[in-house]
Amino acid sequence: MADDYILETDALVKEFKGFVAVSDVSLKVRRGHIHALIGPNGAGKTTCFNLLTKFLEPTRGRIRFNGEDITLEAPAQIARRGIVRSFQISAVFPHLTVLENVRIALQRKLGGSFYFWRSDSTLSRLDDRAIELLAEVGLDSYVDMVAVELPYGRKRALEIATTLALDPELMLLDEPTQGMGHEDVDRVMQLIKKVSTRRTILMVEHNMKVVSGISDMITVLARGAVLAEGPYAEVAKNPLVIEAYMGTSEEAAQA
Amino acid sequence: MSRRAIAYLMLLAAGLAAPFFIYPVLVMKVLCFALFACAFNLLLGYTGLLSFGHAAFFGAAAYVAGHAIKVWGLPTELGLLAGTIAAGALGWAVGSLAIRRTGIYFAMVTLALAQMIYFFFLEASFTGGEDGLQGVPRGALLGFIDLSNDLNLYYFVLAIFVFAFWLIYRTIHSPFGQILKAIRENEPRAISLGYDVAKYKLLAFVLSAALAGLAGATKMLVFKFATLTDAHWHLSGEVVLMTILGGMGTVFGPLVGSSVIVVLQNELADKVGSLVTVIMGSIFVICVLLFRRGIVGEIIAFYKRMLGQKA
Repeated sequence: MADDYILETDALVKEFKGFVAVSDVSLKVRRGHIHALIGPNGAGKTTCFNLLTKFLEPTRGRIRFNGEDITLEAPAQIARRGIVRSFQISAVFPHLTVLENVRIALQRKLGGSFYFWRSDSTLSRLDDRAIELLAEVGLDSYVDMVAVELPYGRKRALEIATTLALDPELMLLDEPTQGMGHEDVDRVMQLIKKVSTRRTILMVEHNMKVVSGISDMITVLARGAVLAEGPYAEVAKNPLVIEAYMGTSEEAAQA
Repeated sequence: MSRRAIAYLMLLAAGLAAPFFIYPVLVMKVLCFALFACAFNLLLGYTGLLSFGHAAFFGAAAYVAGHAIKVWGLPTELGLLAGTIAAGALGWAVGSLAIRRTGIYFAMVTLALAQMIYFFFLEASFTGGEDGLQGVPRGALLGFIDLSNDLNLYYFVLAIFVFAFWLIYRTIHSPFGQILKAIRENEPRAISLGYDVAKYKLLAFVLSAALAGLAGATKMLVFKFATLTDAHWHLSGEVVLMTILGGMGTVFGPLVGSSVIVVLQNELADKVGSLVTVIMGSIFVICVLLFRRGIVGEIIAFYKRMLGQKA
């Protein structure tokens, strides 16, 4: 049943002047899943994300969201459909306050974002909802702080709150725990688990603890192509996957 | 009343009293360039776009307003309005092309297009070429307030400045302004939140160009002529200097920066002659090396540090 899949790609290809970064990737993301995209460095995970959100133009192939072809849409349009992405490096608005960061996201649905003759105090009606969202990620005591001053882990949390503000059907998280200490990793992991109810999450992640801990389905990419797919227990045993990560499977077996 | 409101009222009072202490034409010149820099700052400081062709809008509005008043015989107010609208339209054309690129490429596209506009003014017959458009009558405001009187004109110019400054302040502190800041801070993120950033940039560009035009048209009215200097790329550079010296991304920075530059130029012109360019260049280098946030930016930072120490 096609409806079970929120996002499908059909033989997606991205070539950069002769170099094939993503080759023939057919991805199916099931509604309600936490789907992890893993693979060694340079496997094409982030390129894949950029294609799905149209920050890059695919060379060939199709992308379908809820059964509709979105291959030709602009990135902002994709976002308005309910596919919202995060970035590898923390994507906050550094010199705005924590509250303003979330409000930027809330503001779009309110409309009137072109009204330059209106006072921004008209935005204060979004404050309650923004604070609610910040509380959800444990940032409610940082409301008036300028985002750049937040510690790294908190910035990632702010990013998630901002993304949640759009109430996306599908969240794309690019290495949400990258560069974090243990405690932060745990917190963000719990957070992802918590916000995954009623929505679908596709994430690129290197931390196997996170991948094994919360993902329902894993796709392994290597050299731009899908190497394996399945639940963690299955994928982790796959000799091809072990080889891609460790060198040859014999070496891995010896180790 | 808030501290901020008091500060604004004091500034307004200073503006009202100024012509009794300082030569009104000089103050009007300062106000025109301050408005120009404020309009430019809307783009550079709040949207993060460095236009290197803003003199084209300043100059175009000066020519259009001058022509409308002198040749078509339009009332002064409508002449200024015509100049402003023309600059806005030109801004739309230039902006539509330029916003497809970012950073240095954006700056280069605006510079190239502004040079084309400059050559158009150089060759076109209605501008008077090298001689400029001379002898534009100031006319009368609402048909009965004689603007050839410097003091009358001063209050008219002050009113224009206050209105435009208010509009820029409103824009910065509006829902639209919030999105502009978001684009300045992190454009890909703004896109990923579903904003068509190109449309926001274009509207900011048009607003900035139109207000730069209003400044140019007003300056033309003060001096009763429009010349090629108003559209020359030197002026595009000067407005960058004014904004950065005063503090880009601050509300008062451009006002302070342009006052310093205009007054210095005025004071030095007959004393050191062409050395003035060297002095301006040195000021710019010192500003960029030592106080990168600009005069107002540094004051704000200093004030914040003091507050931080107290807490």
